[in-house]
Amino acid sequence: MSAPAHSGAVAGASVGEAQRLPPVTHLPKHVPLAPAVALLAASVLVLAANLAMLARVRGFAWGTFFAVARWAALAYALIAGMIEYVFLRNHTSGGPLVVLTLSLVVFAIHVPVLIGFTVARYR
Amino acid sequence: MAAVSTPGSVIAGGVPAAAAGPPAGIERPDFQIVPRAGLPIVAVVLGLLIAAVAVNELWPLMFLHVVGGATWTIVDLFMGFVLGPILGSMPIPARIALSTRLMPKMLLIMPTAVVVTLTAGWQLGTHLGTVQSSYYLHGWVVASYIVVGVMAVIALGLLEPANVAVLSELKKPQPNPAVIERLMKRFIYTSGMTGLMQVATLVIMTKLASG
Repeated sequence: MSAPAHSGAVAGASVGEAQRLPPVTHLPKHVPLAPAVALLAASVLVLAANLAMLARVRGFAWGTFFAVARWAALAYALIAGMIEYVFLRNHTSGGPLVVLTLSLVVFAIHVPVLIGFTVARYR
Repeated sequence: MAAVSTPGSVIAGGVPAAAAGPPAGIERPDFQIVPRAGLPIVAVVLGLLIAAVAVNELWPLMFLHVVGGATWTIVDLFMGFVLGPILGSMPIPARIALSTRLMPKMLLIMPTAVVVTLTAGWQLGTHLGTVQSSYYLHGWVVASYIVVGVMAVIALGLLEPANVAVLSELKKPQPNPAVIERLMKRFIYTSGMTGLMQVATLVIMTKLASG
């Protein structure tokens, strides 16, 4: 990742703190992705398991589920988009961007599923 | 207004739900699950957030992070330790009256406060360099990520779905009091848990701010 570097003291920070801050303010160029990829894979598996188990429920109120989940999905897509915008604003690219984007996709799907399920199960 | 069935009261239309119950109906105010009047305010706040990230100046980012964080922390502490226990001890009709007025607003306030705090906070950390592993208080920053992660799981996985489900149940012509009771218990307990986590947030953030 690369971003405009801010050299020297950081605005707004105290002199003592500014001296202890790193000289540049972008994320490291080489980020170890293995733990993040493992967690992402685990979250995709959990999401898939949730959906598979949900699909097997007899008499589930799918109409209610989708009525709630679609609006929740809109809200969480907005939130995920906001977070993605910050990553892009900071010139995140390559592997880290892919992992972060996929993580946001899981987030934007899973939370609406949870909300839709919680409402629909009581129908 | 509509009537709601509760133990020992009446159901919609005035038909007795339990023979032993008093023949008094419980008023349920008409409400919107997501108050549309609040959406323009949310849009304005998100617009300010986008502008602050775009200009990447210290003051707007600090302002939004502090205001959003203060809102998030105070509401969680208040809900968890003050209003939650009060709500838990109230009779169901009173809970319904309070919930139908409070919870729709929470559906707009909390996600907005959270996204503003975290987005502005990340950009602020990038601006100041505090998100780097070389930052001398990196351990404290990681601790804040863990606290936020736990709070996110509780809030997104348990609290918010319960909030929406209670409101959805209350919208039914004949809400089920057992469902409302169960979901509101979940709401109250999870509010308490996030309130506890917010104490940890205060410890971490004051340490980061004071160095």
